[in-house]
Amino acid sequence: MRYSGFRVIAEALTGHKGWKPVWRDPAPQAEYDYVIVGGGGHGLATAYYLAKEFKQSRIAVLEKGYLGGGNVGRNTTIIRSNYLLDGNEPFYEFSLKLWEGLEQDFNYNAMVSQRGILNLIHTDGQRDAFTRRGNGMILNGADAELLNRDQVRGMYPFLNFDNARFPIKGALMQRRGGTVRHDAVAWGYARGADSRGVDLIQNCEVTGMRIEDNRILGVETSRGFIGAKKVGVAVAGSSSRVMAHAGMRLPMESHVLQAFVSEGLKPLIDGVITFGAGHFYVSQSDKGGLVFGGDIDGYNSYAQRGNLPVIEDVAEGGMALMPMIGRARLLRAWGGIMDMSMDGSPIIDKTHIDGLYFNGGWCYGGFKATPASGWCYAHLLARDEPHPAATAYRFDRFEKGLMIDEKGQGAQPNLH
Amino acid sequence: MIINHPILGPRDAQEFVYLGDAALIHRPNGMAEGAMQLFIDHTYLRDNPAGLHRELWYHEQGDRSWLVVTRDTVTHEIASVELARDVARKEGRSK
Repeated sequence: MRYSGFRVIAEALTGHKGWKPVWRDPAPQAEYDYVIVGGGGHGLATAYYLAKEFKQSRIAVLEKGYLGGGNVGRNTTIIRSNYLLDGNEPFYEFSLKLWEGLEQDFNYNAMVSQRGILNLIHTDGQRDAFTRRGNGMILNGADAELLNRDQVRGMYPFLNFDNARFPIKGALMQRRGGTVRHDAVAWGYARGADSRGVDLIQNCEVTGMRIEDNRILGVETSRGFIGAKKVGVAVAGSSSRVMAHAGMRLPMESHVLQAFVSEGLKPLIDGVITFGAGHFYVSQSDKGGLVFGGDIDGYNSYAQRGNLPVIEDVAEGGMALMPMIGRARLLRAWGGIMDMSMDGSPIIDKTHIDGLYFNGGWCYGGFKATPASGWCYAHLLARDEPHPAATAYRFDRFEKGLMIDEKGQGAQPNLH
Repeated sequence: MIINHPILGPRDAQEFVYLGDAALIHRPNGMAEGAMQLFIDHTYLRDNPAGLHRELWYHEQGDRSWLVVTRDTVTHEIASVELARDVARKEGRSK
């Protein structure tokens, strides 16, 4: 069923009796050409682009819970391509371009809203760094704009411009950045993949991998063995657990990142504001809630919930940036599990096992990458060579010294 | 989280800095055969288990001791706390 304005009107006039389930609920077949492990944003996007752009068939997505129940439904919905390094920026700009055409492409309202993202500047040194970053972005075809203090004040007069520790002196603005309705991304990709014959198999946890002569034959699951010519893993925070089935240790630690929503407020923040110095970033949802977050908790965790000290830290960051936030009540807090890599950048690569591929290490930046991650992973799976935008995301970059370390923190995942 | 420090008693985890897997104590012998690969594995690869995890915490806001904390990464429950010095000595290290 194709969605359109006409369709909505027609259904409204006929009691909404014509809407059908958006995807099937198939039983797993004995064998597929491609098995994607993980029915989150990246896995579903991979299946969608494999079928649509790379014309592959006999594809299944295995999900241990329900579609989109992991990080694609737990993030703060921000999209942007404001990276500095050559290995990253072309990839994220490719992703942002895909976001711009996504809804027309998969015929689903994902509420892509290019409302602009601000990175606040507090010192002269930071202005130099952001100028360099902005130039790097422009060189890679992205948009970037340096705003002075008065321009920022014109947009958000309520910010604490004269904070003693972090006075606001300007901002790096990316107007094409913004927010997207995150669940709809998973649903749109799922619907698009399903309609092209991809089997989306839920409640199907991978419990083992059958590997013979260094070649993958399929995966053991809670719903029996499923054979596969190629297996692509895209399971975010569970990367180490799943790849352990293939005997692999990854350059990753799993950490919990918390996010928060306030009660619904009148329109207040029409873009995205990031306060990197205070570890706080905020946007406002269409329902009116302020959506905000801060740093990861900082210790290995698979708990999908964090501890109070980080909640306090995020609240302090919010108070430092916009003191009036103290009048708003916190409605919800939740946590998601991040696969924090050793240099803060992701991996999209073959493994040493024939037919086994890996996509992960997205740290807390996976959501904005969803379309390009799916596209590049599908490219790798279908053609056995990396997409030009993702050539740097290799497993062996650590031993070769080719790290893509945006923050320059070294092999200390909880600092990225 | 409350970390029960072997010398100081229960302390808030906020007083500590987290480093990571306690296997980082086992620095490879730089003179050994294949030391390069050992160092790459030691520096970059982690077990990252869901469940009991032995990890290094540094009591920066306290007595500046290094601790080996055994903690469940699924529940955040702490099973045991030892001084990293004691752990290293038990394994035959001089300090």
